[in-house]
Amino acid sequence: MPPTSRDAVRPAVRPAGWSAVPLWWLVPGAFLAVLALAVAVPGLLAAADPLAADPVDALAPPGAAHWFGSDHLGRDVLARVVHGARHSISIGVAATGLAVTAGVLLGLAAGLSPTWLDEALARTFDVLSTLPELLLALLVVAITGPGTVNVIFAIAVAQIPTYARVIRAQTFVVRRSGYVEQAVTFGRSRLAINTGHVLPNVLGPIPVLATIGLGQAVIASSGLSFLGMGPQPPAAEWGAMLSEARNYLRVAWWEALFPGLAITLTVVCLTVVGRRLQRRFEGRTP
Amino acid sequence: MTSLVTVEDLRVSFTGSDVVRGVSLSVAPGECVAIVGESGSGKSVTARALLGLAGPGSAVRAAAFRVAGRDAFAFTPADWRRLRGGFAGLVLQDALVSLDPLRTVGAEIAEVLATHDVAPRGRRAERVLELLEAVGVPDPATRAGQRPHQLSGGLRQRALIASAIAADPPLIIADEPTTALDVTVQAQILRLLAGRRAAGTALLLISHDLAVVASIADRVLVMKDGRVVEEGPTRDVLAAPAHAYTRTLLAAVPSAASRSTRLTTGEPRGRPTPDRSAQVLAGTGLTRSYGPRRVVDDVSFTLHAGETLGVVGESGSGKTTLARLALGLLEPDAGQVTLHRRPWSHRRERERRPLRPRVQLVSQNPLDSFDPRHTVGRLIAEPLRVHRDARHERVLDLLARVGLPPETAARHPRELSGGQRQRVAIARALGPRPDVLVCDEPVSALDVSIQAQVLDLLADIQTEYGTAMVFISHDLGVVHHVADRVLVMKDGRVVEEGDVAEVFARPRHPYTRTLVDSVPRPVPSPHRLDAAGAA
Repeated sequence: MPPTSRDAVRPAVRPAGWSAVPLWWLVPGAFLAVLALAVAVPGLLAAADPLAADPVDALAPPGAAHWFGSDHLGRDVLARVVHGARHSISIGVAATGLAVTAGVLLGLAAGLSPTWLDEALARTFDVLSTLPELLLALLVVAITGPGTVNVIFAIAVAQIPTYARVIRAQTFVVRRSGYVEQAVTFGRSRLAINTGHVLPNVLGPIPVLATIGLGQAVIASSGLSFLGMGPQPPAAEWGAMLSEARNYLRVAWWEALFPGLAITLTVVCLTVVGRRLQRRFEGRTP
Repeated sequence: MTSLVTVEDLRVSFTGSDVVRGVSLSVAPGECVAIVGESGSGKSVTARALLGLAGPGSAVRAAAFRVAGRDAFAFTPADWRRLRGGFAGLVLQDALVSLDPLRTVGAEIAEVLATHDVAPRGRRAERVLELLEAVGVPDPATRAGQRPHQLSGGLRQRALIASAIAADPPLIIADEPTTALDVTVQAQILRLLAGRRAAGTALLLISHDLAVVASIADRVLVMKDGRVVEEGPTRDVLAAPAHAYTRTLLAAVPSAASRSTRLTTGEPRGRPTPDRSAQVLAGTGLTRSYGPRRVVDDVSFTLHAGETLGVVGESGSGKTTLARLALGLLEPDAGQVTLHRRPWSHRRERERRPLRPRVQLVSQNPLDSFDPRHTVGRLIAEPLRVHRDARHERVLDLLARVGLPPETAARHPRELSGGQRQRVAIARALGPRPDVLVCDEPVSALDVSIQAQVLDLLADIQTEYGTAMVFISHDLGVVHHVADRVLVMKDGRVVEEGDVAEVFARPRHPYTRTLVDSVPRPVPSPHRLDAAGAA
């Protein structure tokens, strides 16, 4: 037999995960870009005034004049959905920002505190995490009363434990790491080590968590608004729109469908992007 | 005589890059062949390819490839499965990874028996115990019911060997089987493998350690960059190496004989004379417990300027805890550490902090001691107490001192090799111009040639600056090469101490003697490990 070279093992070609499916990035990415545009310059996407009522034109089905139809007061649903993005998204962003900031500080404080204080903080986070976020937010709003600022505060409070727990766990890891120990041998102060090494290194999982958390915050904000706790009428807010549309559901499905769709798509897209980021970066150092 | 495995011009590539570039090798029944090489030489891939385990994405080519007398290219996956375990047992470096953590050791071995149908169902439990007994596991009935994490490293490795020989294969392929083990345990495992060999099993041994190979192999292949650079009977290759690379490898092994030479070049080197009047660091009666366990128990030591104190001991002997006590990272429960005859332990951190730059650490895994976000330049600059303008220049000085090009400053440690990372760690520790360097297993993770470079660098630094060193290692050869005096630790206690040559040449304590006797000799001696000593 002549000595010929042959392949004993066929090269196993696996699709390289997410990079092979750019659609997963493209679709949610495009939707979130449109959303960002709606928040920044709503006039560009919908020319009509979201607050201009026209009783004559009430409950008009989707058509050339009103792409998404008109509501029971004759307001353009497209304009209201587009302008509503500003309310819903900014409440979500503000609440998430607040929750992340407070969560990081509290988690870091717990992770760096003497045991008794850490235990006290950690148990508080645990107890708060047992309550569903929306219930906790409702509780807070019930105390503070309705209004945009109060809703932001309520959602933030409900989300703080999630971030605080993750940061506390991260802090434990970083605090015991070789590079923190090495910094101690260099004679650096505790403050310098905590701000220079611990804080930047515990933030790793935050971008991913915050992206997913933002979706949850948008749901919470719509939920609270639906219950009349958020921005007050006639402001266009998705949850509030749903609440108003409820009574006309039999005659005008479009009044409820489009804000509902906006909420669903926003949350789905944020979650998809968040999960993708997670799969990409989980377990890696920044 | 028909060989068990024959491969000619074996080539293995991963997505275009060649890892093995033309290796020819055969193993005859009952023979022990060793492949020696440093990491990246392709030795493991070669061994795995022989079992059809080169890995996903690999392309294996060869002019001829026969396993068990058949053409391996014609094998179906089912054929390969039958071969693995049945024809060749595989023993890997880390038994903790190779054994299923959720299954008992007994179940693991029984599975091999069931797969290869070598014992009827009713006899399997009994056979498992016989196998464990054969590999020298004490109290096999209890051990068979335990899971891998409940066993020590040595017992785990024995259990893994038991599963490899369960189907009584004519060949055992052992990839770095003793690398993760303590020296006394290593000696036991080598005796065990030698015993299997005496019983007629052929052995293909993969190792980076020439000494391990010398003690057991008939023939040795030296691999470098995917090629075999030298091969022949072990005795000839080690006693009269023909290839320059083999000679470098042999010369780079630190030992008593290399004390006054540079490992990389073989040139003589001067050793600084310790200044016995200048006591730098000292510990008296140091004791430290974790829970009920005394990890360090009544340990005293003194370190003078320009002196190297070796600390040897096996894992769990308290070496690293002693290092942490010396560094002031841990307070002793009893006893005291002094720096320049002034208190170093039991001080307020505020008072100790200005003194910390005097005592610096070089650890085994430099990557752990680097903030993952920082570049090399920033890492080296961290301990420097100089003005911002002078800092960059000082970083470049330090990089030059440890033999790294200035461009390294902009790179991330993850992009560097293990040896380069350890150089960065040394540059970093030198930054504050310390009086004491505590080196905790600084070369344990490195290949022998890289280890030689790092040891030479440490020696140069000591000569130049007169830095005192505490040098912790499990490797007696390394300690013998670098240290002036040595502490031998066992179970947290110092069992013997003194001048390094004295202690290793005439060990008084039985444990030191066991330790010294367990070290495999790089040059083959007439009395090799024989089957009679097999457990």
